[in-house]
Amino acid sequence: MLISCPHCGPRDLAEFSYQGDATRIRPDPASTDAKAWYGYVYARPNPAGRHREFWQHAGGCRAHLLVVRDTLTHEIYEVTFARPLPGTGETA
Amino acid sequence: MVERATPLGTDFRPGSYGDIAGGVGVTLSAPPTGTIVEATAWPGRDKALATALGKAAGLTLQPAPGSGAFKEGKAAAFVIGPGRFLVSGKDEALSGRLTQAVDPQTGTATDLSHGRTALRIEGPAAEWVLAKLFALDFSQAAFPVSAGRATAHHDVFAQIQRTGESRFDLYVFRSLARAFSGVLRHAAEEAGYTIR
Repeated sequence: MLISCPHCGPRDLAEFSYQGDATRIRPDPASTDAKAWYGYVYARPNPAGRHREFWQHAGGCRAHLLVVRDTLTHEIYEVTFARPLPGTGETA
Repeated sequence: MVERATPLGTDFRPGSYGDIAGGVGVTLSAPPTGTIVEATAWPGRDKALATALGKAAGLTLQPAPGSGAFKEGKAAAFVIGPGRFLVSGKDEALSGRLTQAVDPQTGTATDLSHGRTALRIEGPAAEWVLAKLFALDFSQAAFPVSAGRATAHHDVFAQIQRTGESRFDLYVFRSLARAFSGVLRHAAEEAGYTIR
């Protein structure tokens, strides 16, 4: 599997580290809603198909990436930097 | 002054090794690097950082992915990530000049002279030997002279700059340099190699 890093170009999977599900949204840190925290920490939809994931190009430019991947075919649909750089319109 | 000891140990001895009957495929060496500095720009300040580093090191730098520059025997620098550069040079005083040149509004510069080791591989089989270790295209079309790449061989992080048609400089963690030089020597055996 190749992931096209927006900075480095296509690189081997071995250079990347999986950083988790990018679909979950963290509750307000002050929240005491146990159900919301349970959902955030444990509940995963585990879809068979398109999935938004965080990856890090740990063995390369070390940027954190947002990858849309098909969990059935491993096809990569989209790779972008995980967070935009403030004030530039660029991302890293 | 304290003598800087080589982290490559006694295994990395000058001589000819491997299958040299058909000629020497590559020459390995540890170029003297008095300075290795990693610099990172704050968001949106990558151009300013490239200019500041370039001025201090006497190079023309761009923040473009994979780009780099070097001056033979003086200094070398290349992009290792978004807004991040690895700058090295023979002169130990370069480190001070670089850290001075990067003002706190632009980014940070960290002296890693003690933490990285430079290894040089040069010769007609250099591309072939490196292609055994890294999943990168080492052809000149994809990896031109002075360009740099950040990659890894298994868990050994390696930053590579092409400093000639058949010459590459590799920067690895000092603590893993001895093990990595062993891997490099093993990969070069088939091609025949000398250590200088």
